[in-house]
Amino acid sequence: MIEMLYREALNRAIDECMAADPNVVMLGEDVGLYGGSYRVSEGLVSKYGEKRLIDTPIAELSIVGNAVGMAIGGLRPIAEIMTANFSLLAFDQIINHMSKYRYMSAGKITLPMVVRFPQGVSKQLAAQHSESYEQMLSAVPGMHVFAAGDPHYAYHALKKAILMDDPVVFIEHELLYNKKGEVDFDAEVDPFKARIVKEGNDVTIVSYLKMVDDVMAAVPEIEERTGKKCEVIDLQSLNPIDTGTLKTSIEKTGRLVVVEEDHKMGGYGAQIVSWAAESLFYALDAAPLRIAGENVPIPYNRQLELASIPTPDKIAAKIIQWGADNGL
Amino acid sequence: MDKLTAEEIYYTMVLGRKFEYAAKEHYMRGEISGFLHLDIGQEALSVAAMKAFDHGDVFTTYREHIMAIARGIEPKAVMAELFGKKSGVSEGRGGSMHLFDPSHFFYGGDAIVGGHLPNAVGCAYARKFQESEHGVMAVFGDGATNGGAFFESLNISSAWKLPMLFLCENNRYAIGTEITRVAPFLEQAKKAEPYMPTMEVDGNDAVAVYEAVKEAQAYIQKGHGPIFIEAFTYRWEGHSMSDPGTYRSPEEMEIWKRRDPIARMQQVLRERYGMSDARIGALDQKAQAAVDEAVDYASKSPEPEVSELFDHVFVEEVAHD
Repeated sequence: MIEMLYREALNRAIDECMAADPNVVMLGEDVGLYGGSYRVSEGLVSKYGEKRLIDTPIAELSIVGNAVGMAIGGLRPIAEIMTANFSLLAFDQIINHMSKYRYMSAGKITLPMVVRFPQGVSKQLAAQHSESYEQMLSAVPGMHVFAAGDPHYAYHALKKAILMDDPVVFIEHELLYNKKGEVDFDAEVDPFKARIVKEGNDVTIVSYLKMVDDVMAAVPEIEERTGKKCEVIDLQSLNPIDTGTLKTSIEKTGRLVVVEEDHKMGGYGAQIVSWAAESLFYALDAAPLRIAGENVPIPYNRQLELASIPTPDKIAAKIIQWGADNGL
Repeated sequence: MDKLTAEEIYYTMVLGRKFEYAAKEHYMRGEISGFLHLDIGQEALSVAAMKAFDHGDVFTTYREHIMAIARGIEPKAVMAELFGKKSGVSEGRGGSMHLFDPSHFFYGGDAIVGGHLPNAVGCAYARKFQESEHGVMAVFGDGATNGGAFFESLNISSAWKLPMLFLCENNRYAIGTEITRVAPFLEQAKKAEPYMPTMEVDGNDAVAVYEAVKEAQAYIQKGHGPIFIEAFTYRWEGHSMSDPGTYRSPEEMEIWKRRDPIARMQQVLRERYGMSDARIGALDQKAQAAVDEAVDYASKSPEPEVSELFDHVFVEEVAHD
């Protein structure tokens, strides 16, 4: 067990994979000489050279499109996009190429590649640097979507994603890069499994990325005010979903809350609630609650920005109110 | 070009044209569905470029039946794919627009116009990284040269001196829009000039295409960076089977039919290689037999089973529910 920063855990995962396999390359804006916009690739260029830490032009379509071609050509690329917002320029490559080539070719094409980017509200970066796009990417068959909520999962899941022969979209959060946490390098971590962050018998709160921390910050007040115990789950793998872990928890608690930072309309949490309604309707003692971002572009002003997304205070207040309305 | 190569190119061109007419016939009968883009009129370009580019990987578009065959994929596996059969080269999952076979260094079969160019550039990066003798050829139409993926690909391949051959088949029409209505000039190679050397070739002259691609292949193998060939040609059919092609005048069509690449290659075989009409006739018959066999094979092949729906989504099967 070593305590390290989230970005250091990501760096270590990439470093170990590059040391082990000369075909692992990383490409993106400023990933080489500059060390990465969020310092994820810091120090790697001096170890592995510019041939493997590839500084690209600002051309996201090509960053992912080139990575697809590199994978076809026998390399194992990690494509870094500076933020989810810019990944939209690469959606054609992610969706039309990366996710489909294997299937369209009846398994003749193998794409061992990872597309990484951070997302979400950081601090006053305004609408074009603050969005979350896991809901759209999780709707795409043919690739896995992981969302790293802490350094331990970040290290293990990124390593597995790089070693895996299938394409992975690996989502990080801008506010987590300097989060500290313990990483057990020797642990066996299944990247497809959700993590029970905190056990409890009365309400299941499902979340991912930075919202897990906000939920955990809200839990003491919720438990104090309601006298009930929350079970908090970090989904970690957004597609596929570890429905087994969710099912066990919901059958135990009978109540489901999903907390997500993306916009409520068409948001990722709708998938969790719809799955629960279809599969576990009779296990639910109350209508599920979704706490999500407002349906508005993320504003610059700090007060407006915080009003547009869930915060620990709002999460606590909404769950307490919902609990009161539903006999929690 | 030696006689054997000339004969092989001619045979594959004839095979290709007969293949396309057979595909058209079976599309009309409802045995082939979806979008079907025929390559009739462009056989010289499709065949000679593939035969010449023997040290590299190929990324191409949805108008690729003949290129796939020229690359070495069995005509029957291509036809079976058009029929959506299990024995098709993509086991019925890709169809006409998505033929792939890495064993022939043939990577589609991509139907996003210009979308395969960044993939080709990435593969060229891999080949340079591996210090391979292989370069990469990307084939695309004039219509692809107006999009961002094209310019990004010119820029990156040039900045990194990648072994890339850009082969533009300029058939003048992006579906129904004549290129000069949406680009400032007819010659799309002008767009590549700031980045790399460019060559122009008569796309209906198989010998010229073959020689140009050979020269370009030798150039990229030397590590000088990318090169661009623009080949002018013309498709005799509409963009796809759903396009009657009424935006082109009969006079224009007539001009291009007089430049029939197959008739021109026959003339080359007779005049330069002294081939007899009997020999040419025998090649034509052999090509017809291969197409008949492909159709027979495709129509008799079984459909994929519904139980196979989820096969080939992932290497390591993980249930996504």
